[in-house]
Amino acid sequence: MSAELFQRFVGMESKPVKNEVEKGAIRKFADAIGDPNPIYRDEEYAKTTRYGRIVAPPTFSRTFDYGAIPDFKIKREGLIHGEQEFRYFQPICAGDVLYCSTKLVDVYDKEGKLGRMTFLVHEQKGVNESDETVFIAKMTTIYRG
Amino acid sequence: MGNKLFQSGETIGPLTKPPITKTQLVMYSGASGDFNPIHTVEEFALEAGLGGVIAHGMLTMAFVGQLMTDVIGMEGELRIFGVRFTGMVRPGDELTCEGRVLETRIEAGRQIVSCEVWAATQEGNKAVRGHAEYAIPAEQ
Repeated sequence: MSAELFQRFVGMESKPVKNEVEKGAIRKFADAIGDPNPIYRDEEYAKTTRYGRIVAPPTFSRTFDYGAIPDFKIKREGLIHGEQEFRYFQPICAGDVLYCSTKLVDVYDKEGKLGRMTFLVHEQKGVNESDETVFIAKMTTIYRG
Repeated sequence: MGNKLFQSGETIGPLTKPPITKTQLVMYSGASGDFNPIHTVEEFALEAGLGGVIAHGMLTMAFVGQLMTDVIGMEGELRIFGVRFTGMVRPGDELTCEGRVLETRIEAGRQIVSCEVWAATQEGNKAVRGHAEYAIPAEQ
């Protein structure tokens, strides 16, 4: 297995998927990561902040559905998460509707201690109903075929 | 507002999280939608040669995210946050998240702070290393 296998998908993108940001999902996520911040669960408190609404934690966008790049199939169990980066342009708040998509932006091979590894770089983004980009995430996964 | 400004070289944190439990990994799988069995199914993780279940890298990143939002406060905003996953984390591990300010500048009434961040296990092994940039109000 090598980068050649995935090369033809570079530049391809999924069709954006509509995601509704739910306050219950934010609370469950905050509970799972053990973050007691009231901004993730207390609406009355949230009203006293500049956001006015419950806000999502920095890595919450990981929970969204980004759709699938057509015909791009990979065994998820064989993947290792190598790197993750978020760029934030607007806060993500409960009640927001975001259209999320993913794009394969780069594929390359590298020789490592464990032999040849294939690096897949995806760019994922969330766009709001006014067509403004809310966040862009770059995810690098390592595939050992 | 009398906001405290950050200084280059200043330490951020630390934030020490309670030891990770298998229940937490199940909760995080449910909350995140990442159901890769290497995080929750012991037999699968052993078969995969991992020696048992390992924590989601994104859970460790979320811990560092908590450090960031705690430090930045409600008036600040996180602009960039990225990590490299550099080590495995297992149930029972106690992670400490920390950072160090690299550079600051004032821009349009806000202080822009860039820093390096990391999370380490009780043995001092780095599980993630990364960087962040945030903005806080700078007016007095």
